[in-house]
Amino acid sequence: MDRTETRVFVAQYESLAVIDEFVAGAADQASFDECTAYQVRLAVDEACSNIIEHAYGGEGSGVIECTYHVEDDCITVILRDHGDPFDPQLVPEPNLSADLGERNGGGLGLYLIRKIMDDVEFDFPAEGGNVLTMVKRKEAGS
Amino acid sequence: MEIATREFKRSTVVEVSGRVDSATAPQLAAVLNDLMEQGQYNIVLDLGDTDFISSAGLRVLIDVQKTCQRLNRGELVLANVSEPIWRSFDLAGFVPLFNFYDDAMEAVGSF
Repeated sequence: MDRTETRVFVAQYESLAVIDEFVAGAADQASFDECTAYQVRLAVDEACSNIIEHAYGGEGSGVIECTYHVEDDCITVILRDHGDPFDPQLVPEPNLSADLGERNGGGLGLYLIRKIMDDVEFDFPAEGGNVLTMVKRKEAGS
Repeated sequence: MEIATREFKRSTVVEVSGRVDSATAPQLAAVLNDLMEQGQYNIVLDLGDTDFISSAGLRVLIDVQKTCQRLNRGELVLANVSEPIWRSFDLAGFVPLFNFYDDAMEAVGSF
């Protein structure tokens, strides 16, 4: 079974719930278990929040194009925006073993994306913007 | 997202239903900050009806926990955390920072 669908959303935080419904539908088609489906939804939410905050520098400055591709053994989610190039190398990794007083939650979104998804690729097309491709594979037996 | 609060003798239970994301996390932060400004630092966050929490929500929980635990005046504890949300807490390294309870009343009894 292969299925691809694309939708375009206004880059604002209120869109996150609608994007989540769209991605949850894809995870459902992929027959992911509840926890894996939740994690894919979380990764996409984090990525879209980053696009709004960092690529567009705030709400209402553009759109997020979300494509999912469901295959038998994996789901691929591609997010395209027309904002400023987002360099993931510049985001420091959170120190997860730090004491409470030293935690600030910064960099957590990108960390979760990388931890959850099996493949994460950032591309910067010549025409501008960012393309983020994320793949989650189904675990054997799930 | 909807938020309801219930006052107990030594703590306040904050019930959160729906999604906590970048759109709604500021609303959760406002409710919790109000409680702390009123001097309530023993807070039970009941996530039984919470469908989703992104890192925007996790950042709120860290900030509130820091404020509650300052001067040993209280603690933010979490109740009714679903398996998917607990796993995301685990991925984010949050599990050692909070006490978790199976239900809100058990958490209320811990204060």
